[in-house]
Order: sequence, then C-alpha cells, then structure tokens
Amino acid sequence: MNHWLILPILMPAILGAVLVIAARHDIVLSRVFSVLSAGLLLAVALVLLAMASDGSVRVYALGNWVAPFGIVLVLDRLAALMLVLTATLGLGVLLYAINGWDERGKHFHPLFQFQLMGLNGAFLTGDFFNLFVFFEILLIASYGLMVHGGGGLRVKAGVQYVVTNLVGSSLFLIAVGLIYSVTGTLNMADLALKVPQVPAGDQALLQTGAVLLLLVFGVKAALVPLHFWLPGTYANAPGPVAALFAIMTKVGAYSIIRLYVLAFGADAGDAAWLAAPWLLPAGLLTLVLGMTGVLAARSLGQMASFAVIGSMGMLLATVAVFTPQAMSAALFYLLHSTLGAGALFLIADMVAERRGMHRDRLTQAPRFAQGALIAGLFFAAAIAVAGMPPLSGFLGKLLVLDSVRSHPQAAWFWTLILATSLLAVVGFARGGSLVFWKSHALEAPPPATLRAAPALPFVAVGGLLAGLVALTVLAGPVHAWLDLVAAQLFAPAGYIEAVLGAAGGVR
Amino acid sequence: MEFLVATAIGAMTAAGVYLVLRARTFPVIIGLTLLTYATNLFLFATGRLAVNLPPVISADAAAYTDPLPQALVLTAIVISFGMTAVIVVMSLRAYLETGNDHVDLPGDASPEAREDDWKLLGRKQGEPAARAAAGLEERA
Repeated sequence: MNHWLILPILMPAILGAVLVIAARHDIVLSRVFSVLSAGLLLAVALVLLAMASDGSVRVYALGNWVAPFGIVLVLDRLAALMLVLTATLGLGVLLYAINGWDERGKHFHPLFQFQLMGLNGAFLTGDFFNLFVFFEILLIASYGLMVHGGGGLRVKAGVQYVVTNLVGSSLFLIAVGLIYSVTGTLNMADLALKVPQVPAGDQALLQTGAVLLLLVFGVKAALVPLHFWLPGTYANAPGPVAALFAIMTKVGAYSIIRLYVLAFGADAGDAAWLAAPWLLPAGLLTLVLGMTGVLAARSLGQMASFAVIGSMGMLLATVAVFTPQAMSAALFYLLHSTLGAGALFLIADMVAERRGMHRDRLTQAPRFAQGALIAGLFFAAAIAVAGMPPLSGFLGKLLVLDSVRSHPQAAWFWTLILATSLLAVVGFARGGSLVFWKSHALEAPPPATLRAAPALPFVAVGGLLAGLVALTVLAGPVHAWLDLVAAQLFAPAGYIEAVLGAAGGVR
Repeated sequence: MEFLVATAIGAMTAAGVYLVLRARTFPVIIGLTLLTYATNLFLFATGRLAVNLPPVISADAAAYTDPLPQALVLTAIVISFGMTAVIVVMSLRAYLETGNDHVDLPGDASPEAREDDWKLLGRKQGEPAARAAAGLEERA
C-alpha cells in the first residue's frame, strides 16, 4: 500500500496536536512549526500530483479493510489537484497571518492545521459518510478561526455561520441515510455500481437523497438561494481566515463534481445527470447575484465576498454542463478564482489595517502608508477576479465561453457571463477609485505612519498573485493537464475498478 | 412501530425547524438539538426497524438487524454533541460582547427588536457589556 496518501491528513493532525500541547505559549515556535508543516504539505501534495499524473488511481484502505466495507482514501488527478491548490493557498495565507494576526487570539496555528487536515481529508476520501466527518472537522476548525480575535460583530456573524452549517450537517446526514437505505452502501465507487440497479419503486427515495445532498453541497458552495451566509461570514472573519475560506466553497464544488459525475453520471440509469437541471439555473443566478453584489458592496471585504459568490456561480454553471471540455474549463477557473479571491481578501485586510476607523469601507479617507503599492496589488487582483486580460481570469472565462458553445443554453451563458463581467469591472473600478484615488483629493497631511512596513504580508499577497501570473503564462500546459483530469473524471470505470478490484469488489 | 417512529421524527423536525427560525439564540440552539435528535432517529431507521434481532454474528440468531446505521448514529451523536457545545459557548460569548441574544447582525435587526433587547436586559442602551456579565454571574 502506498502510504503517501495518508500523509496530507496525518501530518497536520499530529502537528496540530503537538502545537496545542507543546507550543501554545511560544508564538515563535508555533510559527516555525506551522510554516514548516505548510511547506512540507505543499511538497507532499506535489509528490502526490506527480504520482497521480500517470493516470492511475491509487487507493489507500484505512486499517486494511476491503473497499466497500472499510473506508478508503482515493487519489486521482482531481484529488491531487485540489491538494496542491489547498497547500498553496494555505502556505500563502499562513505567511500573511504570522505577521501578527495569529497573536490576536488563542490557538490560531493548531486550528489552522486542523482546518488543512479537514480540507485534505475531504478531497481524498472515497466514502461519503467519511466525507461528512471530514466536513465536520474542517467546519469545527473554521468556527474557531472565524471568531479568532473576537469582537462582538465577529462572534455574532460566527453564530450565524455555525447555525447555518449545523442545519446543513443535519441535512447531510438525512441525505446519507436516504441513499444508504436504498443502495446499502456508503462507498462512492460502490454507489456508482448500485445506483443503476435501484428498482423503480425506490427511485424517489434515492433521488430525494441525491438532491438533498446537492442542497448540502450548495450551502458549502454558496449557491443561490443558499448563499446568504457567505457575505456576513467572510466580511466579518479575520482577513487571512477569509482568504483561507476561499478554498472552503471549493470543497462544495469538488464534492458536487465528484459525486454527480461518478455516481449520478451517464451510467446511472433513471438518475442520470441528476444534478444538471438544478445546478445550471442556480449557477447562472448565483453568477448574476454575486457580481451585482460586487457593484453594491459597501466595503472591500464585502466586495471580495460577493466576487467569491459570483465566481462560484460561474464555476458551478459550467460544471452543470457535464461535458469533459466544460469540466476542464471549470477546473481552470476554479484554480484561478481560489488564488484570486485569496489575494483579494488579504489586500482588503491590508487596507483595513492601515485606515484606522475607516477600515476597508468604501469611503473617502486620508491617504495611508504604502498606499501606492497596495493600490497596485489591488489593481492586479481586481483585474484577475473581474476576468479582464491579461491575467488568468480572462483565459478562464474564454475557456468557459468556448466550452459551452454547443450547449442548448449557450446564449444564456454568453449573455450572462459577459454582462456580469462588466458589472464586476465597474464594481471594482468604483471600489478602487474610492479607496485609493479619492484619498489624494483630501487636504490631509501625508500619513504619519510611514514606518517601514514588514515585508512578509506583501510577499504572501505577491506569492498568490504570482500564482495567477504563472497560471496565465503556463495556461497551455495547465489546460492540457486539466483535460486529462476531466477525461479521467468522465471515465469512472477506472476509479471504480481501482477501489473495488477488477471483479467489482466483494459481492 | 413504524407509525410511532415516523411521527416522532416528523414532530421533532417540525419543532426543530420552527425553533431554528426564531430570532434569539436560545430557541435556535434548542431547535438545532431537536433537529439532530430527529436526524439521529432517522439515520437509525434507515437500517429498517427490527425488534429483538442482534446486530453482530452469533450462532443462534435467526436474522440480523443492520449494524451500520447504529455505528453512523453513534458518530453523529458524538459530533452533534461537540457542535452543540461549540454553539452554546459562542452564543454566550456573543451575548456578553454585544449585550443581546439576537441572531441577526446589528445592521439587519429592526430597531424595535433592538429596543426590546435592552428592555429585556433591564438596562439602558449603550451600557457596557461587562456589567451584564457581572449580572449573569450574580444570577448564577
């Protein structure tokens, strides 16, 4: 058995515990270990990516129990891709956070590690009750991170966030129960074999369960009408935590991609492509609502939150086309929007730190330290997120538009994507000019706090933006590789065979 | 028995949903608890209802009940217990820091609701939260 697969879960789990026990009073020690672990995690994820690139699906049976009975971890190209994305964003955010954010409350670093553990586990697992467990791990860590640093407003937004997710968890369990009651399995690969065999009388139960599950993933992915929790949560969370949460919505998207292609895909009989008719309109609506929100936002943090909602809409609508070509475009956009949103949240936090009582609100305020540099970073991130050339957002949109050309709803896609791009551009231009340019119109003395700013936050944001630039420059090879990911996704036989063995497992 | 279990699940879910939609944290938490009870019972029932059947292999058993939902319910109970503890602590903290127990963010709550809060607490608007905390301790 290949023990590399368990490392992305085991490493943060052990380190999180060590940090709680041994390093909770020593912030320097915590930082060293935390950054070291995040770096190692990135290295492990890259090794796994290299392993998965050969196109084979690797399986790790926990406790060496055979597949439909025991829990398995499964590494294919998509899982490896998500692991690398998580580790990259995690390292960037951590570099930003160790500049002072981690001292404003207790246990930032252990919670951060547990969050990474939950994320990695959710991407690796091949069992959907285990997926529920990893969801809970990443959620409970996120509850702690969300209220890190305290403050009445933040804790209140945190309560809303927890309540929403607890209701979501209950729904998740009900959906799992419904699906188990008619298929008798919790293993995703086994489910893919059992779903076509479900008798007509049980179809209603099965499909209710599957749509409920879509609802749960929709809550995580902030799909309209289940998006309402996101702006309040993200805009009130600490800046670096909001940036890390940019990957949390993608967990929902990943689960939708995984389950509804594998188990409710082409071979699912009566339940084939179950998610498509719900996901497509909801996704397009999410896109419109998110980008309108960018236009209407009152602070940079809110603006970034609504940009996340909009990008999730675009991503999920493209996923809902369910063709390999559209899937590869959607995955390219997923990579881009995660890094872009992360950078945008960090920049909003930089601005909020420097403007005193004005925080990151879109108001006219005196100039602030390093204004020009931050304005430049904001400009780059906004161009990327709004999808203007030359950065990867533009390429992502181009790929999406190209991939849906032959879809019956192509006219809707083209109209809405292009119109919402305009909304986003106007929204970001308004925000940027209010916060950065109009401050020069005030007859205020130059900022008194022109002390040398620590370089680390700029390194972190620059790193994420460099990721976007790399994604742009290497768009050709990346897209070719994503085509392979999509091809593997749409040929689930390989996945099923790897998990259950050539004979379809123990019957 | 099916009727009894189904009714219990339905009643608890309905009550839970109603309470979750209330505006204050205490009923919301009770609602969440009821909802998780209903979920656990539902999960348990997905293995089909059976009386007096063993879940583990034994020589003199005529038939078996499905052991997997029982394991799932155990996991779900542990998780929901932990989550309830988290939300209780967070709501208490929110109450102490903001002086009211509304679920809404300040921008969303109606002025009447906010005034109502202060009356309920028996103190004037803007009074520091520290004194409310002291009051809470006295009452305890």
